[in-house]
This record gives sequence, C-alpha cells and structure tokens, in this order.
Amino acid sequence: MSENVAIIGVGSTAVRAVTPEVSYRELTFEAAQRAYADADISHTEIQSAVCCEEDFFEGISIADEYTPDQLGVVLRSVETVTGDGLHGLAVAAMQIQTGIFDVVVVEAHSKASNILNFDHVIEYALDPIWNRPLGFHPEFVAGLEMNRFLKESGASVEDCDRVVAKNRTNALANPIAAYPARITAEDVAQSPDTFSPMRKMHQARRADGAVVLVLASEERARKASRPIWITGTGWANDTPTLESRPWGSDAATRAAAKMAFGEAGISDPDKEIDFFEVDDLYAYRELLTLASLGVKDGAGKINTSGGSIGMGHTLDTIGLYRVAMCVEALRNGSAGTALAHAWRGVPTTSAAVAILSNNHG
Amino acid sequence: MKPNFGTPLSSADIESGKVFSVSYEPRLEYAWDTGPAIGRYLQELKNGRLVGRKCHKCDRTFIPPRHFCELCFRPADEWVVLENTGTVNTFSICYVTWDMKKLTYPQIPAVIEVDGASEGYGILHLIADVDPNEVKVGMKVQAVWKPAEEREGSITDLKHWSPLK
Amino acid sequence: MTKFVRRAQETPPELSWAAAKAALDSAGMTLDDIDCVIHGTAPDAFDGVHYNGEYLAGGSGAWGKPYTRCYVGGGTGVFAPIHAWMHLASGKFKTALVVCEEKMSSCQPHPQGAFLTIFDHTTERALGPNLLWIFALEQQRYMAKHGIKNEEIALASVKNKRNALDHPSAQLGAELTVEEVLASEVMAHPVHRLMVSPTSDGAAACVMAVEDVAKAVTDKPAWIEGVGWALDTAFWTNRDLYYPRYVEKAAWMAYKMAGIEKPAEEIDFAEPYDPFAYKELHHLEGLQLAPKGQAPKLLAEGHFNRDGKLPSVPSGGLLGVGNPIAAAGMMKICELFWQVRGEAGKRQVKGGNPRRGVAQAWGDLMQVGTVIVVGAS
Repeated sequence: MSENVAIIGVGSTAVRAVTPEVSYRELTFEAAQRAYADADISHTEIQSAVCCEEDFFEGISIADEYTPDQLGVVLRSVETVTGDGLHGLAVAAMQIQTGIFDVVVVEAHSKASNILNFDHVIEYALDPIWNRPLGFHPEFVAGLEMNRFLKESGASVEDCDRVVAKNRTNALANPIAAYPARITAEDVAQSPDTFSPMRKMHQARRADGAVVLVLASEERARKASRPIWITGTGWANDTPTLESRPWGSDAATRAAAKMAFGEAGISDPDKEIDFFEVDDLYAYRELLTLASLGVKDGAGKINTSGGSIGMGHTLDTIGLYRVAMCVEALRNGSAGTALAHAWRGVPTTSAAVAILSNNHG
Repeated sequence: MKPNFGTPLSSADIESGKVFSVSYEPRLEYAWDTGPAIGRYLQELKNGRLVGRKCHKCDRTFIPPRHFCELCFRPADEWVVLENTGTVNTFSICYVTWDMKKLTYPQIPAVIEVDGASEGYGILHLIADVDPNEVKVGMKVQAVWKPAEEREGSITDLKHWSPLK
Repeated sequence: MTKFVRRAQETPPELSWAAAKAALDSAGMTLDDIDCVIHGTAPDAFDGVHYNGEYLAGGSGAWGKPYTRCYVGGGTGVFAPIHAWMHLASGKFKTALVVCEEKMSSCQPHPQGAFLTIFDHTTERALGPNLLWIFALEQQRYMAKHGIKNEEIALASVKNKRNALDHPSAQLGAELTVEEVLASEVMAHPVHRLMVSPTSDGAAACVMAVEDVAKAVTDKPAWIEGVGWALDTAFWTNRDLYYPRYVEKAAWMAYKMAGIEKPAEEIDFAEPYDPFAYKELHHLEGLQLAPKGQAPKLLAEGHFNRDGKLPSVPSGGLLGVGNPIAAAGMMKICELFWQVRGEAGKRQVKGGNPRRGVAQAWGDLMQVGTVIVVGAS
C-alpha cells in the first residue's frame, strides 16, 4: 500500500433479533459514539464518511440521504457504497491513501427486523427477465451452490452441521452475539431441509446492529492508543448471471484474497494468519470460503466470535462485525494477523477481504 | 462522437406486442421503528401539539425532534412544547399528482417554521383554507388539528395550516 | 454515451455495456487494460432490482474485477468519477472504467414513483409529497430571497434546450422563447413543465488512468485537477434552501485541490446540474461563478451563453439532452472531456481552447454537492 492506514476506533451495538426501542438513527448514533470514544476523537475531526447500504433494505429510495446526522458529519464528504461494510472499509482506506483525508469513518447498520417480507426483497435481486418469472424462492440459489460444492469438495452435509454447532457454541462467549446456543451437530441434523441439501439451521438468522469504524492515516494513527493496521484489502465480483456461474467454487473470494494477500505480502495464509472471521451466511459458505482462501488447517481459528450463524445476519454490516471481532482479538493479543471476509448473500457474487495486523511493513 | 444504442420505444411498440415485457408489482413492506424522539413526536401529535427537542450546548430547538444533536453530537437535553403558529418559509401550489394527473384542487405544500423552535427550523406540511394566490413567503399561519377522536399518532393528525386569524 | 431517450429498448445492463464499450473504444483500450470498475446509478426503484449494482456488473465489464457501485442520489453521475479518482490517486490501481446508467422508464406508471419513498417514512410520507414539491419549494425560496422573477429563470430552459440541438445524444433539444416556457402548464408553482428535465433512459461512461498510462494512450488527456463532495443534513426543513451551501463546500474542496483561488476568473466554462431551470442558476452561485442572487442577471446579459464570458451548460444539460439521473451527471463529465480537447464540434466553447471546466451534480433531499474540475493538457 502506498500509505499505511489504521483502524483507530471501533464502535458497535450488540446484535439483537429486534431493536424496537431505537430507529436506525439512534442505533447508528450509539455505534458512532462508541467508535469516537474508542478512538478518542471528536466528531469534528472526521473529514469523510463511507456508508454501506441498499435502498430496499432501508425501505428508502436514495437511502444515502439519511446518513450524515447520526455520524456527526453534516456538511462533510459522505458517500454511500452499495456493498458490504468491507467494501466501505477498502474505499475509506483508499480515500486516506489519496492524501486528502487523515480521518475517515466507515458505517453500516442493519434494521433487518423492520423488513416485513425479506424474501421478496431478495427475490428482487434475481434477474427480472430471466430468473424471476421461474417463481423460485430466491434462496434456492444457495441450495444449488451448496449441492455443487459438496460434490466437488467431498465435504458432507454433516460437516456443515458441525459448522453450525461450532459457531452457535462459540457465540456463547460473545456478549454481543444474538444467537448463542449449546447445541451439537446432531441437534443441527434434526433441523428440516429448506433448500436441500441445506437445512434450516444452516442459515444465519437475521438481526439488527450497527458498526462504525474510525480509520486514520499513519501520522494520525501514531497518536492513537491502539491502532490496528490494514495491511491489505481486496474485493471482486464474479459473474453477474446465474447461468454463467461455476457453482462449486467462489471465484470472487479467490480474486479478492489474491489482491489482499498480494498487498499484505502473504503467501501462506495457514502460517501467516492466525485469526479468521469469514462469511457463514449458510454453513457451507464457511467451508467454501476457507477453500477459496486457501486455508487448509483452520482448527480453532475460524469464526471464534460465532460468525453470522452465532452473531446474526446483519445485512451489509456483516463485514464490519467481522472486522470488529478481528480488532478485538488483535488488541487482546490472541492474534497477530487477522483476516476478515464478507460475501453479500444470494444471489450476489461479490466478496471482499481485509488483512489486519498489529504491525505493518 | 456518434451515440449508439438508446433505441427509442413507444407505448404502441409494447402494447402491440412488437416488444415483449414483464412486469412486477413490488411487494416491499416495512415497519420502521420510530425510536424515542420520533415516537414521542407522533404521540404528541395525537395529543394535538407540536414538540421539539433542545440542545443546551448549541442552544438550538429543533423540529422534527431528534434524540441527539447532530451538530454537537451528543444526546439532546430536553423536550420543548412549541406553539400552534408558524411562518411560511416557502411554499408551492401543486397542480399535478406524482404520476402527472391533473388535480381538481391544487395542493399547497409548504415549509412552515414553527414558533418556539429555532429561527428557520420548520417542517414539511400543507396549507389549506386559503385562496392559493394569497399565500406568501413570510405569511403567519396556524395549525388546524383533526378532532381528537380522529387522531392516530401521525403527521396527518395536524390536518393543515391556514392563515393566522 | 448512448442516446438519451424517453424509453429505451435496451435493458439496463445493455445500456451500461453500450456506454462502457464506447468509452473503451474512445481510449483505444479493451477490458484487459482495465484494473477496476465503478458503477453509478440511483435509486434502485427505477430498475426495480435489489442489489442493482450487481445486476449491472456484467454490462459494466466488472466480471472478475474489483468493482463497487457508489451513490449519492442525483449527485452520483459526477461522484462516480470522483470515486474512481480515489481508486487511482490512492496508488492502488492504474486504470478505471466508470459507467453510469439509469433506465427510468421501467418504473411504471411514472418514474416519479421511485421518488415517493425518498421522504422521511415517519414524518413526511403520510403527507403524500412528490418530487416536484421540493423543487418548487426550493425555487420559491430562492426567488423570494433575492426578488427573482420567473422570466429570468425560464431563460435557462431556453438556453439549454437550444444548446442541446447540437448534441447528438439529445432527447429534448428545442428552439423556444421565454414566453413559450412560461406558457407551458404550471406543474407546481413556480415550476412550469418546460422548466423541468424529462425522464430518460441512457448511459454514459469514461475511462480514467494514472498519469503515465494516460500519456501513453493519448497526447491530449483531460486531467482531473480537483474533486470535491459534501453532504448536508437530512433535516432539510431546517436549512435555508435559498443557497446550496453543500455545493459551495464541495466546490472549494475541488478548487483548492486544483489551485484555483478565483473561480469566476480561472474557470473557462461550467456544466452545473440543471434538472430544473432554476437549479443551473442556484448551482452557478454555489460554484462561486456568480455572486448570490446575481446568476439570473448574468444569464440575461449573455454571460453564460456558449459565446459568453463563462459558458454554462454548453452540452444542453439535463433540460435539453435529458436526465437519466446518474448518466446525466456523467454526460457532463463527457462534455468536459470533449470541450477541453477541442472536440465538442458545434458545442465548442472558447474557440476550441478552454483551459479548464467544472462539472457539478446535486441530489438527495437538496443536500449533495459533487464537483470535478477538468483541465486541458
């Protein structure tokens, strides 16, 4: 990277199935207040903000209208990216690397509980001419991908059951997780098929939450008490049509990882990365992601936070929760280098990766 | 530069079946949590009064009310009951609906600066019971409420604004 | 650029492809030469597609590439190249393909339906507001504050629709008089039908590159000298709408980067955002190219005509070329490119040798300013 960029503040709300006491404004305000306190900065020092959201998740056309107030960035440079929060993190880092800003915040939030017919929102992401008229539930796409992945990789449905049990159990130790549970793979195996071979419990359940990160240039970060360095970012899209998909592999994650590993100088993720927070919107996705990242031995290092299955599916906030968990691990010394990954859910093929470290260069 | 594509179609092309089309009725439904500030705002509209929030740091009283001051970036401090009167900051006389159908009676949307709030702090609302040609920027107006039993905790509990008598 | 039309046969990905291909051809490049792709479109309700950025990715050449869609409402068309500029100026990429597309006609029965949900869902939507309201409210405030007459504003429509007669992509070029504009139907007083840009389908794109690549590809690159963007509070009824302070903020950010201290003297031509006639004047003031309240007077004096001291909207703008939202903003960037290269044909200003121009777009709840200064080689 041309200039080093660090995360100097993290603020998040607890993830919860519903949050009736607050609107998106107060939810985000809480995350922002926590982030600015963590970074020990005033909101007046922030020069720019990158927000990640989609109109149909918000129920607002041109939803970016409603972004500046709850971040305290009225009349400053604010942009919205329709991507996961990790895409936002990459954009914010680039803004700092241009040299025009020293302090940039990244925001994403989920008020998934306010969406009354989520399945229809997702259905609207299918191609209106070729795919929607077929009338399938949109998540059949995940079932197709899972089936092909199991066939190509040799992984079993029971392996996916074990991912669910691991992540729900891991969430027991995470005070901000929405769906912790003491369950076994056998319990998961009892759950009914939804998009066979997928079972109901393989799917991360939706939840509300907000995350704000404060990013700073190297010079500014040196004054912060606990900077965590962003040593690499990568993002990519694979084919935009269902008809042209490889199905059994995740080319977007592979391309994003290649870019991020290149920047961070990582050649062997098994050896050089000791903490992984990766996509698990569906249990098989954790296995598919690890394969796409080239991780062979992940025992005890994958989604110790509980991932999205244990913490909750927070729409485009998933990646920022992953980053928040990485930062916590890096700060408390349980990791030296961490990887955050996000994939945006069906039917997309866009993925992003960030490498975070206590050191840089 | 010679532009390519952007091939124009007429309604007849679609109606006659020359071009195929698919259509969808959007089924996007939401139930937005109001949060504490807007929740109280709606509750007070049901009570037949307008309220704002005040920030002691910048001394602003704002409406619509918010839980926090977006400029000082701290929780706002107190609720303030505002007046039933205000000033027209700006207005329009709208003769068409959103899908360009002619209205029988024009609507008069306006930004009304509410008395008791900081100067220039208004809300979007409608003016009625007035000859549209009489409406002016700077005109004093008063709130006209629906009867208490018809109010339901909505911005429309305040029926409209009309010239101050 | 594609043609801007009321209703296009092409799908949104096909429109995106047409513009992307034209931009690549113009640069003499193929997708293999492109490091990253940026898309600009807003809002999703036009296409009726969720994850719209992903839907448009294929047409935009993003398959297998780093790709993001950015948006700041109506400001998106000028913002997308700013977003691309970050990709290049950060040192991370050498080339970027920027594609802006809008297909408004898919939204039935009228594209304005997509704007019904831009208002606050709890405190405003129950009143039944539509997009015309806020423009009319803003124009009224602007006129009331400065004592401006509607005749003065109508002249912007006359100028831009006339300028558009020379634009090959134009949807609504016309030779009109101020009287004809004011005789058109009043939609929302003081806004008349001929003071409003049309709804349109279309796409526009450009290729951006870092200095060494740009110099290798062409002997006359159009340089991005400055970029700026700012977003004001969503509480729009708490702001004085007579002046776009967010445009001023964005403009000074761009001017500072470009080393411009006296914009009215150092900028040769402008492409301010003109979805409504008054907006061009409002924005010229925000851009510091006219003193507050003085843009109508300068317009009447011919100052902003193509042969005037500071030509404004030589392209024909949104009023004349058309307004496929994000693509319309990008159309202004295309105009800057052609003008500073002396390739604007009949639309050419300053004898083919303008030093630099500024483009600006605006959007959301009268809230966003996006500004780019482009200079000649």
